[in-house]
Amino acid sequence: MSTTTSAYSSPVTPNAHGGALKLTGLLLISLGLLGMLVAAVGAEAVSPVLSGLGGITAVTAGGILYVWEARRQKSVAEQNNGAWQNNMTARGAGAWVVGIVLTGFYILLYWFPNTLHGLILAVEPLSQWLRNRPADHWFLYGIFYTLAVLVMGLHALLKYRNSRYHIIRTVSVMFFQLGFAFLLPGLLLFLNKPEFYFSYFWPLKYDYLFPSTVGYLVDNGAALGVFMVFWGAVFSFIATPILTYYLGKRWYCSWVCGCGGLAETAGDPYRHLSDKSKKAWQWEVAIIYPILGFVIITTLVLWVNSWSEGKLLGNLSHGFSSTYGFFIGAIFSGVVGVGFYPLMGNRVWCRFGCPMAAYLGLLQKHFSRFRITTNGGQCISCGNCSTYCEMGIDVRHYAQKGEPIIRSSCVGCGICAHVCPRGVLKLENGPRDNRYAATPLINRDDVDILR
Amino acid sequence: MRSDQHLVIIGNGIAGVTLAQNVRKKSDCAITLISSESATHFSRPALMYVYMGHMRYKDILPYPDWYWIKNNLAQLHDRVTAVDIHAKTLVLQNGAPINYDVLVLATGSCPAFYNWPGQGLKGVQGLVTLQDLHLMEENTRGVTEAVIVGGGLIGIEMAEMLRSRGIAVTMLVRELHYWHNTLPPQEAILVSNNIRKHGISVLFQEELASINPDAAGRAESITTKSGKKIPCQFVGLATGVKPNVGFLHGSGIELDRGVLVDDTFATSAPAVYAIGDCAQFRNPAPLAPAVEQLWYTGRQHGETLAQTLTSATQKKRYSRGPWFNSAKFLDIEYQTYGFVPATWDSKYDSLYWEHAEGNKAIRFLFETESGLLLGVNILGIRYRHDLCHHWLQQQYTIHDVMQELSAVNFDPEFFQRYEQDLYNQYAIRFPKLAVPPRQSNWWELRHKFSLFSSSESC
Repeated sequence: MSTTTSAYSSPVTPNAHGGALKLTGLLLISLGLLGMLVAAVGAEAVSPVLSGLGGITAVTAGGILYVWEARRQKSVAEQNNGAWQNNMTARGAGAWVVGIVLTGFYILLYWFPNTLHGLILAVEPLSQWLRNRPADHWFLYGIFYTLAVLVMGLHALLKYRNSRYHIIRTVSVMFFQLGFAFLLPGLLLFLNKPEFYFSYFWPLKYDYLFPSTVGYLVDNGAALGVFMVFWGAVFSFIATPILTYYLGKRWYCSWVCGCGGLAETAGDPYRHLSDKSKKAWQWEVAIIYPILGFVIITTLVLWVNSWSEGKLLGNLSHGFSSTYGFFIGAIFSGVVGVGFYPLMGNRVWCRFGCPMAAYLGLLQKHFSRFRITTNGGQCISCGNCSTYCEMGIDVRHYAQKGEPIIRSSCVGCGICAHVCPRGVLKLENGPRDNRYAATPLINRDDVDILR
Repeated sequence: MRSDQHLVIIGNGIAGVTLAQNVRKKSDCAITLISSESATHFSRPALMYVYMGHMRYKDILPYPDWYWIKNNLAQLHDRVTAVDIHAKTLVLQNGAPINYDVLVLATGSCPAFYNWPGQGLKGVQGLVTLQDLHLMEENTRGVTEAVIVGGGLIGIEMAEMLRSRGIAVTMLVRELHYWHNTLPPQEAILVSNNIRKHGISVLFQEELASINPDAAGRAESITTKSGKKIPCQFVGLATGVKPNVGFLHGSGIELDRGVLVDDTFATSAPAVYAIGDCAQFRNPAPLAPAVEQLWYTGRQHGETLAQTLTSATQKKRYSRGPWFNSAKFLDIEYQTYGFVPATWDSKYDSLYWEHAEGNKAIRFLFETESGLLLGVNILGIRYRHDLCHHWLQQQYTIHDVMQELSAVNFDPEFFQRYEQDLYNQYAIRFPKLAVPPRQSNWWELRHKFSLFSSSESC
C-alpha cells in the first residue's frame, strides 16, 4: 500500500511527494519577501536593486516552484479539496493576514507612495530598460500585478489542465496583461508616445473619453494619439456591443480585462467566497447601475463644460471627476476590489462596482446570443456551480429547474461547467429565439428569486 | 388537494420536496414535510463534497430559508414513530401528534448490511444520511488505512472522500471489475483502471468475511473470504441500500422490501402514498426495477404523484420514459441514456469507441436486426440529454442517430470532439448505409423537434 499525503496537509510534510520542491519554493518566497523588506526600509545599507529586484525574482521563482508541485500532485477532480477547510482559503487567520497586507499595500500605493521609495528604486533598471525613464510607484505596481497574473496564471493552468476552454482563456488573460497592459504601455513611453492601455475602455477606464484625456492624446500623440482616441471610442461604442452580441460579456471580462485577469488567476483560490444570497444580489443591482450612470453623467458634464469653455459649469465638472476617481477608481477597485480577495471573493469590484461590467451586463442580458445551457434533467442540486461562481450567481437555482442561465453579471469564466460533477452546464452562443426556454424534461416550480 | 386539507410528507429528500413544490403550484392546501434527518432539504449526492471541503453543509442546501416561507411549505424536524392509518394521525418522537388528510411516504433508503462479524464495531459504517457524514468525520480522524466493501457508486464516493484526507484505501469488489453488474466489461475496465491510477488499491473477486476488533473495540483489520487480512482503522460498507421502512411495520400498510405501491404510488392504505427509494412497485414496467433508488427517479415520482394529488378526477400513472443516469468516478464523468445492460446476446449489437488514453468512451447499443437504438453510455464526454431522450423516445435507429450525431456533444467549447471517430467505426460496420453524415446543428434540431419547454419563466 502506498503512503499518501493529505490534500491539505502542511506543505512540508516530510513524506509528501514533491515535498522538497515545495519546500524550496517556500524558502525562495520567504527569502524574497525578506529581500523586498530590506529594499523597502534599508535602501541605504544594501543596494535596493540587489535586495529588492532579487527579492521579487526569488518570490516569483519560488511561487512557480510551489504552484507547480502543489497543483500537479492533485488530479483534476481533487483541485478543490479542502477549499473550505484550509484557513488560507476559508477566511481563516492566514486569509486575514493576506487581506490586511494587500489592503495596506493599496493604501500605501494610493495615498503614501513615498513609503514605497526603496522598492521603486529596486525596479529602476527595469523601468529604464523598458520605458527609458525613472520608475515610479505605478510602474512598481504594474510589475507586481503582472507577476501575480503570470504566476497564478500558471496555477490556474495546472488546476484546470483538462479543460481546453480554461487553458485558452487563462493564456489569453496572461497575454493581455503582459503584452497590452505592461509591455506595450512601457514601449510607448520608450518611444516618447503617450502611455495608453489598448485593452481598457471607457467606461472602465472612465477618463479615456474625458475631454482632458482626448485633448492630451491628440496634442501629444499626433497621428498615434488620434488613433488611440479612435480605438477607444470604437471599442466602447461599436466593438463592445457587437462582440457581446455574439459571445456574451466574457470576451472582455474573463478573456481580456486586466481586473478580470487578476481575478481569474491570483483571485481564483478565493472564488467560492463570493456571497450567493439574495441580499447580495440586491446590493449588486443597487450599486453597479448608479455607478455606470455616474460615469456617463460625469463624461457628459465634462464635455458640455469643455464645449462651453468652462463658462457653463466652471469648476463643478472637475469636482465630479475627481470624486469618481477617489471613491470608485481608488477605494472601490483597488482597496476593496483586490485587498478583500481573501475575505469577500475575487470579483467584488467586477460584481458591485465596475461600470464596464454593468454596460456589458445590460448588453448580455438583452442583446446577446450567450447563455449557459442546462443539460436536460441531469442536475442533482449539489451546489458546486453556485459555490464556485465568483460573481455570486446562484447557478443551481436555474440548473435544478432545467433553465438556461442568462444573468447580466455572468462573466463567462466557465468554472460552473467545470466543477459540475454531472456535466450539466455548457456556455454557448445560440439563436436568440427561445433563448430563455427550459428543458421539457423537468417540471419546474416557478419562483422568481429576485422579487 | 382542497385548500382545507393537510398534505403530510415524511421525508424531505428530492422525492418529497419535488412533490411538495409541484402540489404547491396548483393547490393552497397545507403542506408539511417531516424529517428526522435534517431541518431542511439538502442534496444527498453532495454529502461527499462537504467531507472533501469543496463545500460547506449550507452550500448543499438547494433552497434558502426564505424559499420555504414564501411557498408556505412547513418543515418539521422530528421523527415519526408510528402511523395510524385509521385515525389518519402520525405519532412524533418530540412534538404532538399531527393529523393528515393525505400522507406521502418518501423516507428514502438506509444502508444494507449483511450480518458480517464485526459490522457493529467502532470505525465501521455506511454512508447514506447526514448523520453518517458526521460519523464518518469522527470515525476517520487520525485514520491512515481504510477498507471499502462494495464496488458501486457509494463505494467509489467513499474512496474518493478518504483519499482527499490522505487515507490509504483498499476496495473489496465482489465482481471481476468495478460496477461489473451495471457496466459492460469495457467501460468497467476503463473505470477500474482509473480508480487504480488514483492510488486506490482494488481487490477484485474478494468479499468481506469479518471485521476484526482491537482491544478497545475498534476495527483494526478485515479478513476477506479468501483469507487475506488487511489492516485498517476504518471500514466503509457500501454494499447497497434498502428502503427505509422499519417504522412502518405494524402500521397496516402493506410492505415487502419497500412500501408496496401501484403505478399511481397508492399504497394499500387509503390516502397513503409512497414515492422515491422507499417505494416498491407491485408490477414494475418491463426492464424497470421494482425499487428505483436514484435522485432522478425520486424527482420523477414526486412530479407524477403531484399530478394525481392536484387533480380532482385523474390518476396519473407513472411512466418514467427513457432511462437516464449519471455519476462521476474520480476524474471521469459518466452519463447513460436508455437501456445499456452489462451483458447482452446476439440480439443486440453495439458501437464502442475508446480514447487511446483510456479516459473517454462512447457506446451506442442497438438491436442487431432493426438497428433500433437502445441506449448510450458515455464516459469522460458529455452528451445532450434532450437530444438523447428524443432519439430514444422517437425510436431512432442507429442509422438515424448517425445523421444527428454531430449535434449531441455537450462538452465545453474548444474541447476535442470524438463523434467522427465513432462514425468511422459505424462506416466500417455498415459500409452500404454510411452516407456522409449531415453536419447537424443542435439549435436547428432543437427548433425542428421543439426540444424545449414552451413556458418561459423569465
